[in-house]
Amino acid sequence: MIEARGLTKDYGGTRAVDGLTFSVRPGVVTGFLGPNGSGKSTTMRLILGLDAPTAGDVTVNGKHYREHAAPLHEVGALLEARSVHTGRSAYNHLLALARTHGIRRSRVTELIDLVGLHDVARKRAGQFSLGMGQRLGIASALLGDPSTVMLDEPVNGLDPEGIHWMRTLLKGLAAEGRTVFVSSHLMSEMALTADHLIVIGRGRKIADTSTAEFVRQASGNVVRVRSPQATQLAALLAGPEVSLTVLEPGLLEVNGLTAAQIGDVAAARGLALHELTPQQASLEEAFMELTREDVEFKAAQLELDEAVA
Amino acid sequence: MSAIAPVQQLPRAAHTGRVTQARVAFSEWTKLYSLRSTRWSLLAAILLTIAFPVIFAAVTSSHWGSMNPHDRADRHPLDIALAGVNVSQLAIAVLGVLVITGEYSTGMIRASFTAVPKRLPVLWAKTGVFALVTLLLMLPPVLISFVASQAILSRHHILQISFSHAGVARSVIGGAVYLMLVGIFALGIGAIVRNTAGGIATFAAIFFVIPPLMNILPTSWNNAISQYLPSEAGRQIFSLTHGNHSLSPWPGGLLFVAYCALVLGIAAVLLVRRDT
Repeated sequence: MIEARGLTKDYGGTRAVDGLTFSVRPGVVTGFLGPNGSGKSTTMRLILGLDAPTAGDVTVNGKHYREHAAPLHEVGALLEARSVHTGRSAYNHLLALARTHGIRRSRVTELIDLVGLHDVARKRAGQFSLGMGQRLGIASALLGDPSTVMLDEPVNGLDPEGIHWMRTLLKGLAAEGRTVFVSSHLMSEMALTADHLIVIGRGRKIADTSTAEFVRQASGNVVRVRSPQATQLAALLAGPEVSLTVLEPGLLEVNGLTAAQIGDVAAARGLALHELTPQQASLEEAFMELTREDVEFKAAQLELDEAVA
Repeated sequence: MSAIAPVQQLPRAAHTGRVTQARVAFSEWTKLYSLRSTRWSLLAAILLTIAFPVIFAAVTSSHWGSMNPHDRADRHPLDIALAGVNVSQLAIAVLGVLVITGEYSTGMIRASFTAVPKRLPVLWAKTGVFALVTLLLMLPPVLISFVASQAILSRHHILQISFSHAGVARSVIGGAVYLMLVGIFALGIGAIVRNTAGGIATFAAIFFVIPPLMNILPTSWNNAISQYLPSEAGRQIFSLTHGNHSLSPWPGGLLFVAYCALVLGIAAVLLVRRDT
């Protein structure tokens, strides 16, 4: 369980995180979605106490991270920036972390096998590829068998097999009742992995909703209709909740009605339909739309504030 | 790279309990021995500590007949025995800086502070482990260099000095203690500066640049001030003779300890306050 209240962080006059309030619940995968530079990594550093918030507060499992007696058993974290000494082997890196908590060597070996680094465990981490470094980071995150797992862009640098493995792992961790908080700038990746989404843009929360709901809203209700009697059909379909766009003579884009509803109307009046295609707006487009609106909204609000003042 | 384990469920592990200072020290010991830079720096320090006195003694011994009385008076057997300490302190200082700045430059510090978010136990453990390792590893070299240089100088009765002679044992062992304190001082500097080049440069400025600069001051000022510089105060720990304008071994040593404590104190305050 992660709970942030009004979390704010300034870096030399720039506001990286702006009044974030959210909670990440156990038992589901929560995606933390936002464009690059929107404040995801900063938020994660604030959660771990690596950076101190300018204002607001964040707790993990009811306490500030720093106050936990055995932090690695509470939270396992993979940060976006590499957090490994390049001159030390993967095995010794994990062993050094394990020894702060009295975790045994056998656990280190177990994690190395789990993430598939067995053959390179004695090699210096500086020689690792991006994907291998990512696996080492995941091994360190899981070392303490934590009840909360927080991963910043975990699929970065992983091959398709690794990405699939990561999805399965995250879902498994959530199914075991753990809190799983995963950041990404890729909407498509989150749609496959996360049950719940917290979307941020420019340090502010834009959405906090289930993934299903987000996808439903994002996809909208657009249908392409091709008909020789398009003008007639358009007049019949028009209504307060419906918007129509004429793409070319004989081709309409209808927003606000399902394909079935349009087909029924056409059949009732005996109008011929040459095409009736529901359009799926891509999630990536929807996500970009959402984060762009946030920026525009802020600009509009600013003008409004000025007008009032 | 081997295939990823087909078992995707994270094996459970019994929670082994809290972070303790002793566990953090064990972790820091693991970090220290598992880096090549540690082994190379310590090996260099050991070799330099022994090699310089041996060369110095050999040169003195072979040229003794042709040296004038003034030069002869300048050659003190204990100075010869501990000549390497002045050189090896650089290797120890570089390692002391690296022990902490290496974590900042690679990002390891984030992993360290995620495991030990109270942070200060990491600083104390790093300092304690590095100090102990330096002391234990540098004691044999100073003893060896004393015995070896005395053996090389055995033809010259006037250059023979007994280990039981007043102050000799203190000076020889003091050589290792001084190196340990230099390591602590450098580690503190590294923790404040958080950058390898900056840390080494700062250490070099304090130990090798500021002391000779004191010579541009009027002599009375120089005499009054220089003895209190960290390098001058620390040097008294392994000096047998003490001039009119230098501290005695104990006050000098304690002053150097106080400098180390000051630097570590500043490092501790900054470590807790700063973002990582």
